[in-house]
Amino acid sequence: MLALLILHLLAALVAPLLVRWWGPRACWPLALAPAAAFGWALLRTPQVRDGATVVETYHWIGQLGLDLTFRLTTLSWLMTLLVGGVGALVLIYCSRYFEPGSIGLARFAGVLVAFAGAMLVLVLADDLLLLYVGWELTTVFSYLLIGHSTERRTSRWAAAQALIVTTLGGLAMLVGVLMLGAHAGSYRWSEISAAPLPGGASLVVAVLLILAGALSKSAIIPFSSWLPAAMAAPTPVSAYLHAAAMVKAGVYLIGLVAPVLATVGPWRPVVFAAGVATMVLGGWAALRQTDLKLLLAYGTVSQLGLLVVATGAGSPDAALAAAAMLLAHAAFKAALFLVVGVVDHTTGTREVDRLSGLGRRAPVLCTVAVLAAASMAGVPPLIGFVAKEAIFAAFTDRPVVLAGLVLGTVLTVAYSIRFLWGAFATKPGVASTEPAASNLPMLVPPALLAGFGLVAGALAGGLDDLLRPYAELFGSPGEHLALWHGLTPALGLSALALVGGGLLFAWRGPLAPALARLRAPIDGQQGYERLVRRFDWLAIEVTGATQRGSLPLYLGTILLVLVAVPGTAMVTAHPWRSWVAIWDTPLQLVVVAVVAVAAVLAVGARRRLTAMLLTGVTGYGSAMLFVLYGAPDLALTQFLVETATIAVFVLVLRRLPDRFSDRPLRRDRWIRRGIGVAAGVVVAGLALTAAAARQAPADSLAFPDLAVSEGHGRNVVNVTLVDIRAWDTMGELSVLVVAATGVASLVFQRSRTGPRPRRPERVRPPEGPRPPQRPVWLRGGATLRHQQRSIVFEVVTRLLFHTLVLFSFFLLLSGHNAPGGGFAGGLVVSLALAVRYLAGGRYELAEAMPVSAGAVLGAGLAVAVGTGVVALVAGGAVLESTTISATLPVVGQVYLVTSVFFDVGVYLVVVGLSLDILRSLGAEVDRHIEAAGGSGRGPLVGRSGSGP
Amino acid sequence: MRTAGVEGPTLVLILAVAVLVTTGVTLLLERSLTRILLGVILIGNGVNLLILVGGRAGGAPVVGTGPIEQMSDPLPQAMVLTAIVITFGFTAFLLAVAYRSWYLTGNDEVQDDVEDRQVVQLAARNELPAADLGGEGPDSDPEQVDPPPPRHPPGGGPR
Repeated sequence: MLALLILHLLAALVAPLLVRWWGPRACWPLALAPAAAFGWALLRTPQVRDGATVVETYHWIGQLGLDLTFRLTTLSWLMTLLVGGVGALVLIYCSRYFEPGSIGLARFAGVLVAFAGAMLVLVLADDLLLLYVGWELTTVFSYLLIGHSTERRTSRWAAAQALIVTTLGGLAMLVGVLMLGAHAGSYRWSEISAAPLPGGASLVVAVLLILAGALSKSAIIPFSSWLPAAMAAPTPVSAYLHAAAMVKAGVYLIGLVAPVLATVGPWRPVVFAAGVATMVLGGWAALRQTDLKLLLAYGTVSQLGLLVVATGAGSPDAALAAAAMLLAHAAFKAALFLVVGVVDHTTGTREVDRLSGLGRRAPVLCTVAVLAAASMAGVPPLIGFVAKEAIFAAFTDRPVVLAGLVLGTVLTVAYSIRFLWGAFATKPGVASTEPAASNLPMLVPPALLAGFGLVAGALAGGLDDLLRPYAELFGSPGEHLALWHGLTPALGLSALALVGGGLLFAWRGPLAPALARLRAPIDGQQGYERLVRRFDWLAIEVTGATQRGSLPLYLGTILLVLVAVPGTAMVTAHPWRSWVAIWDTPLQLVVVAVVAVAAVLAVGARRRLTAMLLTGVTGYGSAMLFVLYGAPDLALTQFLVETATIAVFVLVLRRLPDRFSDRPLRRDRWIRRGIGVAAGVVVAGLALTAAAARQAPADSLAFPDLAVSEGHGRNVVNVTLVDIRAWDTMGELSVLVVAATGVASLVFQRSRTGPRPRRPERVRPPEGPRPPQRPVWLRGGATLRHQQRSIVFEVVTRLLFHTLVLFSFFLLLSGHNAPGGGFAGGLVVSLALAVRYLAGGRYELAEAMPVSAGAVLGAGLAVAVGTGVVALVAGGAVLESTTISATLPVVGQVYLVTSVFFDVGVYLVVVGLSLDILRSLGAEVDRHIEAAGGSGRGPLVGRSGSGP
Repeated sequence: MRTAGVEGPTLVLILAVAVLVTTGVTLLLERSLTRILLGVILIGNGVNLLILVGGRAGGAPVVGTGPIEQMSDPLPQAMVLTAIVITFGFTAFLLAVAYRSWYLTGNDEVQDDVEDRQVVQLAARNELPAADLGGEGPDSDPEQVDPPPPRHPPGGGPR
């Protein structure tokens, strides 16, 4: 069975390609996939007749206890035949239904085959969760198929409606399935149905939820509105999804679980009420349609009501009849839809009022339609008659339900006649329709399906043998499927329905006023639209009430929640009782005093530069605190980062106004300060609480030993970064790459991957040509304007740059055993590059680093990931480190820890980040300034109406 | 530099956390992106100290420089180290945002979100957005060339 599914998947994948090569004719080879399913099921017929089941199990998700378990029972055998047989015929039909070069046909063909595969998953799954997967896949594919004409709003609307309604039902069903699985202790239906099921409230709820899913899928009231709307789909889709396959999924589910769940309290009332109401109202609505396709759609809704009643009844006779009806309905309704497609195709209309005399001009088509419609109406000797009579016979002990079914059948007969009359009859006053020539691939599929109704009717006894094992799940059926049972009440009811339907159609003229008046106050479509509008309104109200669009408001709310919730929790923990040392060393007090004063002054600063420098003081102060705490790595990194931050700040602040704009809202300011103080106190309290809350010895106590034995390094912090907690570092590297890309994409208006700004080949300095023999300290310096150059700075830079780069290598390589590492090394290079840029301008930056920032970032990430992968390939865990020792000729014994390579990745990413920053906020901003003649503002600023 | 390992938090560090977070939050609630960014940096410095306070102070965590029992806690240090570098990347990103804002509008102030404001106005007027799918049925399709939509079949239809 898995092979069949894989076949469908492959066919769906190659479908677009085949359609591109062969156009609509590609549907022929694609039809092989569902045809294979049909043939496979046909070969299993002997086993199925004996009541045996075919089971296949593949191990899938062990942790969830979820296996790919497929199980072929009588019911799923029947559904597989329908899905495969009708699917193949519909695909053949499609080969001529679509014109060569139709838009979207490639997608359509692929999705249709994929849908067939999803239906197979649904009907073959033994595990209810797997069934749910197939269920939702059919929903998604049906969305794509209904919305085939993407340019038409009707089509999109109908697709969305079908998706929303059936997904809603599907989600309810999922909850129901989960509850049922928890209740029964298994998700395998074969296991659930084998053991006695304990009752209880949770079972009742589960049953109701599963019914909601099934009823929504099969378009039963109150979910029926999506099916008529879905007629926006191409006719083959209607024939396949909305007659044979998808809408039957709900009926199938009811039929699957009915042997066990039909006895649960609310099952029968719900099924009977919804089913009978749907059958009668759907039939009534079908009588009023003038579009043949809509007539069939409402007819389908009505017949689905009948099927739900029959499958849900939970008695052996009804089950046998329901299985026969399922088969009959798929055959005649698909045939009728395909007939409508031919009518539409050859005459260009589906309107009853515009078709006339088609019966005489297209006799073959007319014969096919009569055969199929007669089966729908229940005329002997067709299978529709056999099935319907069996249903009547099965409900003789439930007179109320039976009365509803007979009434529905009367309507069915009436709209069947109306369909034939509307499509083929010669109507007075209507111009005779001239059909275009039809073709065989569009005639044969409906003819086969309609002819099947005749054959199956004649072979009713054989069908009885085949379907009996399903009915025996409920007990021993007393009835048989047969054309002739003798003069039974059921036969009388069948005759009554035929006569009543005929009369109803004959009196359609006098009855017309009643027909027009008798209607529900709200039809399903209006109800659905009202609901959608209500939701839209709710969304607007909720969004409007909560999303005010003000950043300070959002942040303030978040911070107040921080103060209120964790703050309250903190107070209950009495943090003030914990023991606190005043300081580790008195020097801390001095540093903290400086930091505090700088921070407070930064809040009040009016100039951007002042505020930035004061903030920098707090950063350097933090670095000092790290030193005093005993964290040399942190201190080193913090010093470097703080310096780099100041450099980057200066690059941007040169463009921004000198001072902050004044905001003289006194009250606002006090609110901000109030929130600030509250947050500060709470966070400090949390620090106190958290520090005192330790109950177990720290994990990190083992780190020093681990660092030496596993990480082969003595600097515990560095080994933690590149080995013990290397995954965290990997995540951090990705964040840095994203940040660097974000910076570049915010500043560059063009692609940054283009040619880098290299120094122009022949530079003409403003002061005239320079003697070439004069020593050049920085080559890019010549591109700067005279006032911007500083020879001393250039000389110092020239002397400093290579030393700094060398120092960064030292930090990188020694970091495993002494303070340093990839982060610190990379930051040193960043500073060296920044100095080079400041001294020589943007061309100098390109001279210093003639590769793109993206390449450096990518190389860094690749090296880091590669280290992990190599460790994995070598048989270790991802990112596990080991040592390599080798003897090199000149150098002698070399001893290398593999995690150094990871640190090289870190180093490269940090260098790439700073290169991206300098290229963006430095060089590219320079270019903006030059392009704008000094002001450097964007094109929008200064135009009337935008910007101050 | 201390060499003896000390368990538990120290008051001065907690004081520093309190001051840094207070001033940082105050700046964060401003509208100028530069001030917001400075607020983020101040909060970052404060939180780095906060993480550190959870461990214990001591000697440098380099094996061989002192007794292992007296080392400072290496785990919070590793966390803070990555946090410092991330803050650097974040700073650069926010600066780029500030520059972009200045480039487009001439200042670096965060304005209220226009779309949110429109939604608020819609809610106040009790209206639905006109362009929304839910606001229109299939009937208002200008490109409707196909047979009539099922919503209003001639004569209507109960279901």
